[in-house]
Amino acid sequence: MLEIKNLHVKLEEEEKIILRGVNLNIGAGEVHAIMGPNGSGKSTLSYVLSGRGGYQVTEGSALLAGEELLDMDPEARAAAGLFLAFQYPVEIPGVGNMTFLRTAVNAQRKARGEAEMSAAEFLKEVRAKAKALQIDAEMLKRPVNVGFSGGEKKRNEILQMAMLEPKMCILDETDSGLDVDAMKLVAEGVNALRAAGRSFLVITHYQRLLDHITPDFVHIMAAGRIIKSGGPELAIEVENNGYADLLAEVA
Amino acid sequence: MGLAQARLEVLAARIGSVTFDGDGWLGRARTAAFARLSAMGLPAKRDEYWRYTDPITLNAAKPAAAALFNPGDEPMAFDQIDSLKIVFVDGVFDAEASDDLTCEGVQIDLLSSCAANPEHWAIDLYGALEDKAQNPIVRPFAALNTALATEGVLIHVTGQVTKPISIIYNQISDSSDAVLHHCIKIGPAATMTLLESGTAAARLNSVLEVKLCDGGKFNHIRLQGRGHDRRAVTHLFANIGKSAAFKSFTLTANGRLTRNEAVIDLAGSDASAHLAGAAMGDGDFHQDDTIFITHTAPRCESRQVFKKVLKNGAVGVFQGKILVRQGAQKTDGYQISQALLLDGDPAFGDAQFLAKPELEIYADDVKCSHGSTSGAIDDTALFYLRSRGVPLAAAQSLLVQAFLAEAIDEIEDAGIADDIRSRLEGWLRRHEG
Repeated sequence: MLEIKNLHVKLEEEEKIILRGVNLNIGAGEVHAIMGPNGSGKSTLSYVLSGRGGYQVTEGSALLAGEELLDMDPEARAAAGLFLAFQYPVEIPGVGNMTFLRTAVNAQRKARGEAEMSAAEFLKEVRAKAKALQIDAEMLKRPVNVGFSGGEKKRNEILQMAMLEPKMCILDETDSGLDVDAMKLVAEGVNALRAAGRSFLVITHYQRLLDHITPDFVHIMAAGRIIKSGGPELAIEVENNGYADLLAEVA
Repeated sequence: MGLAQARLEVLAARIGSVTFDGDGWLGRARTAAFARLSAMGLPAKRDEYWRYTDPITLNAAKPAAAALFNPGDEPMAFDQIDSLKIVFVDGVFDAEASDDLTCEGVQIDLLSSCAANPEHWAIDLYGALEDKAQNPIVRPFAALNTALATEGVLIHVTGQVTKPISIIYNQISDSSDAVLHHCIKIGPAATMTLLESGTAAARLNSVLEVKLCDGGKFNHIRLQGRGHDRRAVTHLFANIGKSAAFKSFTLTANGRLTRNEAVIDLAGSDASAHLAGAAMGDGDFHQDDTIFITHTAPRCESRQVFKKVLKNGAVGVFQGKILVRQGAQKTDGYQISQALLLDGDPAFGDAQFLAKPELEIYADDVKCSHGSTSGAIDDTALFYLRSRGVPLAAAQSLLVQAFLAEAIDEIEDAGIADDIRSRLEGWLRRHEG
């Protein structure tokens, strides 16, 4: 599904290199987790894949279902099936949550040459999906993320994911700022979306989230590279021993 | 040559020699206004009040030619709204295109037909609010208007007007110079909605005087025509009685020069005045909102919400003042002016927003807040929208509309607000990239 080859990235404005040759293959329906110490380049990887400005790819490629993502505008990547659940979802005063969601859903459909969703159809679907995530009607009416608690913002991200039905979901520290109950709710939302044709890349600091979203593969990232890959047991090892041993191992 | 002398010479050049028929109430009002004007002269760029807006084209003896505007397939403003239509063409009343001016709950007359009526209700209003508003700051173009207005509508509302009164200004001459003076008196507990739309003339000078009696309600929505070349100086004067509610919203899209002044006196207690505006300019566009709100009576509320979207060297000006007099305790005053500067072609230079908010407070138990900002579209929000699949132009449009929302929200009627929103979207589509 997602094939990242030898990805090198630096900051656009300064000579700071962040990714130094990332290789990662995510098969259809698989869940991969990336863990790593602060500053290892995890979030940068998610931003570069989704097309945020401020970064320069100096080498490498990232194919989504065979298509080169790195040449596309952010909206084209989304229409191609990529979704990033933000670590810090953005507040947009003046834009209603529902308007935003419907515009996004229909823009993607249009870009893919599909029929747009009618207002009634959309409303029905969003209500059902919001209910499962315990997002009430009031939250849907409010401006995007404005006045939402940390947990509400993350649930709203998962709602967007559920409505947009992407092929490849990247969750950037979706567990940050969540209490145990909220994390469970978010994880349930994610698990409900797991499907044969949908892959996940879960970026996290803690093994905790992976108790709820069981990964097929775990990768450890440090200094802009994936230094070790393994099964779910790797996450437990990190939880118990920290990153020091792993870093020493590859040094 | 002193400034005062220079102003008078500019005035002489602007209007030539005029004489008034001194008989009758209108002649007397004109003569008095002309005396006021002669004492003040026309404004100069050196005047503090005209520091950000050069009056030279308004002072000129003749208006600069203004190409006629073709709105393309955009529907006429307010065409979905059932209203009583009063049509002017280049400042001249068009009886054929207008509706019958008789309507329940309201008396509508043309200024030109009332001069001979010594009993007309407008005698007490025509020029009166303009005269009062000349202190502490002179407004020469308003005095000029009272002296020289060729036509206008006099509206006396005595009950509940069943439908909005819509004044439509058409322009068919590229050199028209219109001077229109309207008066509206809204009786106790009476209500009306006034719509204004259209380019009007190559150069428009308009005055609207509104006397809002106790418990009355006035809703005003104005769409200044989309002619790119037009110039306008407008004045809105209002005297607001006890527990009355005044609302005025203006959309200015295009136009080389627009100066909209509003001078509002909250004269009776527990009244409210809301003034809002959205301005959209791309390129050769200069738009100025100059507002002066006086809280004379206690427990009144005032709001000023002005938003400007500027691109390719367009200039937005906001001068907004709240004066709270000594007796006006429990005043609640709010003022916000904001500009969104859009990226354009660097060859046109940067767009500019010039803001001068002022508070002058003589009461000790009041709440007044003001704020002014200018900035670009938030990149983070833009990326967030795009990352969800919303194309760049649509994402920008959403964010611009979000920026304008606080001003549009001041429009009470949902249908009119939707109409304005769709016009804004249309403008944004035409000015993409």
